[in-house]
Amino acid sequence: MGLAFYLAFKEVWRNKGRFLLVSLVIALITLLVLFIAALGEGLGTNNREYISKLDGQLVVFLEKSDYIITASRLRQSTLRAVRRVEGVDDAGPVSTSNTAILLPPGSKNEVLKVSLLGVEAGRPGFPQLTAGRTFLSSTAREVIVDQRVLDRTDIQIGDTITIRSTQGVEDNFYDLKVVGTTSGQAYFFQPSIFVTPAVWEKIRPKSDAELGNTVPAINIIVVRVKDPAQIEQVRNNLLESVKNIEVADIQTTINNIPGYTAQQGTVQTQGGFTLLIGILVIGGFFQIQVLQKVPQIGVLKAIGASNPVVGAAAVIQISLVTAFGVAIGGVLTWLFSLGFPPTVPLFFNGTASALALAALLAIGPLGGLVSVIYAVRIEPLKALRLS
Amino acid sequence: MSVLVHSSMPSVFTENTVQAKPIALEVRNVVKTFPTDSGPINAVDDVSFSVRQGEFVALVGPSGSGKTTMLSILAALLTPTSGQVLIDGQDLAKMNERERVRLRREKIGFTFQSNNLIPFLNALENVELMLRLNNRLDKAGRMRSAELLARLGLGERLYNLPSQMSGGQQQRVAIARALIHAPTVVLADEPTASLDTERAFQVVQTFAALIHENDRAGIMVTHDLRMCQYVDRVLQMRDGKLVRVYETREEILALARGGEHE
Repeated sequence: MGLAFYLAFKEVWRNKGRFLLVSLVIALITLLVLFIAALGEGLGTNNREYISKLDGQLVVFLEKSDYIITASRLRQSTLRAVRRVEGVDDAGPVSTSNTAILLPPGSKNEVLKVSLLGVEAGRPGFPQLTAGRTFLSSTAREVIVDQRVLDRTDIQIGDTITIRSTQGVEDNFYDLKVVGTTSGQAYFFQPSIFVTPAVWEKIRPKSDAELGNTVPAINIIVVRVKDPAQIEQVRNNLLESVKNIEVADIQTTINNIPGYTAQQGTVQTQGGFTLLIGILVIGGFFQIQVLQKVPQIGVLKAIGASNPVVGAAAVIQISLVTAFGVAIGGVLTWLFSLGFPPTVPLFFNGTASALALAALLAIGPLGGLVSVIYAVRIEPLKALRLS
Repeated sequence: MSVLVHSSMPSVFTENTVQAKPIALEVRNVVKTFPTDSGPINAVDDVSFSVRQGEFVALVGPSGSGKTTMLSILAALLTPTSGQVLIDGQDLAKMNERERVRLRREKIGFTFQSNNLIPFLNALENVELMLRLNNRLDKAGRMRSAELLARLGLGERLYNLPSQMSGGQQQRVAIARALIHAPTVVLADEPTASLDTERAFQVVQTFAALIHENDRAGIMVTHDLRMCQYVDRVLQMRDGKLVRVYETREEILALARGGEHE
């Protein structure tokens, strides 16, 4: 192993320019793969973040809504029924909509588009506060905002914000006092703001037909079970006890967010193809290099270097160059990420990045596999053209 | 045709001195057959000879005479169809590939026509490589490598890469590499093929001197008969057969005066 490392390192060191070039190609592939991974994670996070952090294990939908949040409409009576089911610790309504916060004159944009979520304080579905307080009453014109809203505006706790809501054919404006903040609560690619169900029903965008509604519509009910080991049992209890519902776990709910699965599949396919291109590029380079080194490998074998030494030297060399390239790519990615605006959904998740890095480190040896096998199979007699 | 015989002759072992040494390499009735479109041909045909320690032997013959095939068999790079090759009493035919690799590493020193050196290692590292391969590189080994290179006139070139050295200098590095691990047999395949005449004489003369000093069995394949003046014996091959052995100084010098093989 020592000899293999010695040969691999010496060759790289004495041909720094050539190997640096390959490392830079690997660095660019790394940059691309990490950005695609971060973009996939960012898009996914912006889509599912609120749902993935729900303080519950099960989500109740209207029957035949196919677990699509926007297609599900539940009654208040259903909420009460769910709360009575055996094994249910608590249940909270979640109502979803979109709205826009008006920004003061002079701001870069006129409005900031947000997800408007109606939730009951302290119930499943209510976000964890990072600052401020919860709603004083169910009808208080108060709002809890995602940290991203604060990051993108000058809004602070205690400020009053104005939201614009199209109701019927009119644009109506509602003032809400910011009383608390939460973080990491994006939903449907937008930061979320939270109000009580009653306020949500009052201020949400409505069609003409909905203008008379006063009872808050509920999209989904988040259920926290008493014993997390009994989720399936509680799910069955819900389906038996409450009519016209279907029940999903959190992951199923996320997967059925419109476009989520297709979007993640697209991004993952892009990442996969980038890795494949990386394998082909690296494989091609090392294959050409081995072809150029046939006489040299022939000499090594003729003077007594064993196949394991020749093979290990090739693998170590490929790994060294790949690791260096991935390291440069990692640093480049970090530097580039500093320059991106917060609106670009890049999210460097530890697990996703580690997986991408592991895949990148594997593409070198994988791409160079053919060249390693070729090097091991070189016959010194033919390589040296002795006969 | 002008015949050049080098003026400064190396010390050549006398017949009696050589015969007192043990046999390092023995070839017994070796045959190597290759299949061809027109039927099998014997590239080496029932060849037998032996080389003693401290003896430098030239293997000569025209192109296609089988000398390079013979050398490849001696180097354990090619297995004979029949017959025996014994190095230090070990039969190459009875060895598996792993044992042959080990034999090449430990008991054989090799110089080739060209592409001799590892291009990314400097002169000293190329020589030390044989010690590394044998897991014998230590401080003393490093010193011996540097001394051997200095002896070959490369004391100022220790840290030069092959690309920074002339063909003659590279051949001398290869000679040092072939000798540094004290092999039983040292094989040289056309060591002067890429050198000019003056360099060629220098290289072979030095090679011969080191073979004799270090008591190695040396075999050089050459098409240049002028180089035979530095060897103790000449084996002449034709059509795969060993057709003549030149053993006396007079015979060898007469052959050397004959010039390059046609």
